[in-house]
Amino acid sequence: MIKWAVIVWILPLLSFFFVLIFNKKLPRGGDYFSLGTIFIGLFLSVKLFTEALLNGAQYSENWSFTWIPLGKYSIQFDLHFDIVTAVMFLVVTIVSSLVHLYSVGYMKGDPKYGRFFAYLSIFSFSMLGLVLSGSLIGLYIFWELVGLSSYLLIGFWHERHPPAEASKKAFITNRVGDVGMLLGILITFAILGDLNIHSIGEKVAAGKVSQSTLTLIGLLLFCGAVGKSAQFPLHVWLPDAMEGPTPVSALIHAATMVAAGVYLVARIFPLLTPEAGLIIAFVGGFTAFFAATIAIAQYDIKKVLAYSTVSQLGYMIMALGVGSYTAGLFHLTTHAFFKACLFLCSGSVIHAMHHSLHHIHSHADPQDMRNMGGMKKKMPITFWTMFIATIAISGVPFTSGFLSKDAILGGTLAYAMEHGGISWILVFFGFVTAGMTAFYMFRILFKTFYGEFRSGPKAEEVLHESPKTMTIPLILLAVLSFYLWFTLPNVNPFSTHGWYESYTITPEKAYEKTIIIHNQSNINLSNTFENQHQLKAKDEKQHSETFNSTHSNQQHSVHHSAHILAMISSLIVAGLGILISWLTFYKQTISSDKVKSSLGAFYQGMYNKWWIDEIYEGTVIQFTMLMTKISAWFDTYIIDGIVNGTAAITRVFSDGTGIFDNRIIDGLVNGLANTIGWFGKSIRKIQTGNIQRYLLSSSVVLGVVLLIIVVRTIFY
Amino acid sequence: MFNNLQVFLIISTILFILGILAILTRKNAISILMGIELILNSAGLNFVAFSKFSSGNLNGQIFALFIILLAAAEAAVALAIFLGLYRQRKTVFVDQASELKQ
Repeated sequence: MIKWAVIVWILPLLSFFFVLIFNKKLPRGGDYFSLGTIFIGLFLSVKLFTEALLNGAQYSENWSFTWIPLGKYSIQFDLHFDIVTAVMFLVVTIVSSLVHLYSVGYMKGDPKYGRFFAYLSIFSFSMLGLVLSGSLIGLYIFWELVGLSSYLLIGFWHERHPPAEASKKAFITNRVGDVGMLLGILITFAILGDLNIHSIGEKVAAGKVSQSTLTLIGLLLFCGAVGKSAQFPLHVWLPDAMEGPTPVSALIHAATMVAAGVYLVARIFPLLTPEAGLIIAFVGGFTAFFAATIAIAQYDIKKVLAYSTVSQLGYMIMALGVGSYTAGLFHLTTHAFFKACLFLCSGSVIHAMHHSLHHIHSHADPQDMRNMGGMKKKMPITFWTMFIATIAISGVPFTSGFLSKDAILGGTLAYAMEHGGISWILVFFGFVTAGMTAFYMFRILFKTFYGEFRSGPKAEEVLHESPKTMTIPLILLAVLSFYLWFTLPNVNPFSTHGWYESYTITPEKAYEKTIIIHNQSNINLSNTFENQHQLKAKDEKQHSETFNSTHSNQQHSVHHSAHILAMISSLIVAGLGILISWLTFYKQTISSDKVKSSLGAFYQGMYNKWWIDEIYEGTVIQFTMLMTKISAWFDTYIIDGIVNGTAAITRVFSDGTGIFDNRIIDGLVNGLANTIGWFGKSIRKIQTGNIQRYLLSSSVVLGVVLLIIVVRTIFY
Repeated sequence: MFNNLQVFLIISTILFILGILAILTRKNAISILMGIELILNSAGLNFVAFSKFSSGNLNGQIFALFIILLAAAEAAVALAIFLGLYRQRKTVFVDQASELKQ
């Protein structure tokens, strides 16, 4: 079965290379290769998913080979396929294939049409690889690859300034979190010499890591999730990432890639200690609340959705932090569909607005909700699909969002009931955010689709519904926001019981197993809440199994009552949110301007995103710039000074030796040469070539010699 | 008068000096050749004279015959060269055939 998963995984990679190389030569930029591979992937994922379900909840399959042998250790390349992977495969391929289809309409006529599809393919490949990886290092590689594809797609229109800036911001902000994650991976490898997630869990359960180290590892790995899932304080990149094309926002920055952080936390769930869990829950809860306050005051339709994504991701993280593993993953799955639907709807609206504004030669912002209004009549399909997705995210019964959000709130409430104290703040965050979510989502709906169209009648005339390639994905995603898909065979819309809950089993916390081993007590552990209670119970070891069994019954009832309470409360807050929204933006009995002025500085904070960007600008960026300036100064004056000084000294020295060489050594050599030359020149005059002259000379010499001999003979 | 070796040597010396002077002073290649012939003849005369007045065998005479032969061959070769030179330059004056000199 894992072979089929590998095929699903590899196909988009082939499509990526093919389309990237040949897109200029193929008709329609080769988009059918991307579409074809992802739809084959979708078909195979459905097959894999049903087979996985038939194999039961404990099903998992592994495949690995030694990738890098390192002496005593080795790094394995692991693939791991289980129910969670199968669900993620299904989510990724469904959203990805629908977004591919949507992009055919949305990106029509773009000069880089083919390349866009190539990038979508590399993203699908990386994301599938991420969920298929069984080891932290493999996960990290694909983690960075989805980061890369996100970078490429945010900056797809890099000719304009804002997308280029936004892509850089996304990449750099993610790096901050990824450094933490890499540190976590390295520490894990240093301590355990192993990176397979499953065997790490086993080694931790065997008590090979101390609790504080485990907390550190958990939080460091969580740093990666903070970056990728846009949690506070690294959330700043996600709203800016909306500069990318809208299908990309839907696929990468709402449904799949940003959920990778949640997926990571779910995968390392067994490693999380209670302390790490609490911190994670607080980061998630605070992010959910914080992003919701910003979302209320934004006018750009995509910015509102971006902050709502940040907020919903915060929910998921909070759920995992408080130990509601199933609820977190459930919300991830349901959120992927309705948030993708919302983004694609906003894309449809923006598409229509863009054409209308272009028609009247207006340079107004097509994404600003203040320019919209009354679009319900002209765009009925977009309106109805967006309506369904909106009630889903607001948590109205009969939608998937209601069930998943309720599961999270119930889990949080149960956690607070057990732990008390500051964990009630999480409950506050959860419920207030639920109300605010309903409020700002209906604000979008009312501002966009109701009332008068605010860009003039001329522009309204040319408003039209989007083409079929765009509306069909909307309809399919809206259908997938219905609760029944996630609860089959159960049809009760107020209960999360169903295949999803029964197949995603909360993994046992490895750390608590070590406690149990230490305490020599073997008590059956069926869910996390009992485990956590076990920690408290360890002081009272004299109370034996009878205590524990009664206790776990009590636990069940707490959990159950928490769920009912959460459900009722969430219905109330969601209803309240919708009501206030209706009164404010539809009936206008509550004047939003008055509310704004009465909120004063609070509203300013919400409108200006709590000045987080400005704070970063003022602190981190200014500090970095200052450091670079200092470094530049140091480099220019100190390092360059040393280098130049050395050079100057060398030059003076070489000047000296140069003089010696030129004057003395060359003088000697040249002098010798000149002497020889002069000598040669003098001698040369004799060498006339005139043979008679030679003969004369030799005759004269001979005569002189003869004379000497004669004289000597005569006188001696 | 001809029984004395000195007479032959004096004549031979005169011939030799005349030959040297011819070689040194004449520009005409043929005159230089004639000077060389004079020197060869003075050498031949010396051979004959020493042969007659000292050893008693005919070695010297045979040498003189060889020299005459050699002179004839040399004259033939030299004249052929001069002929070539004349064809090339329309002259036989050696000072005008000094191209190798820079």
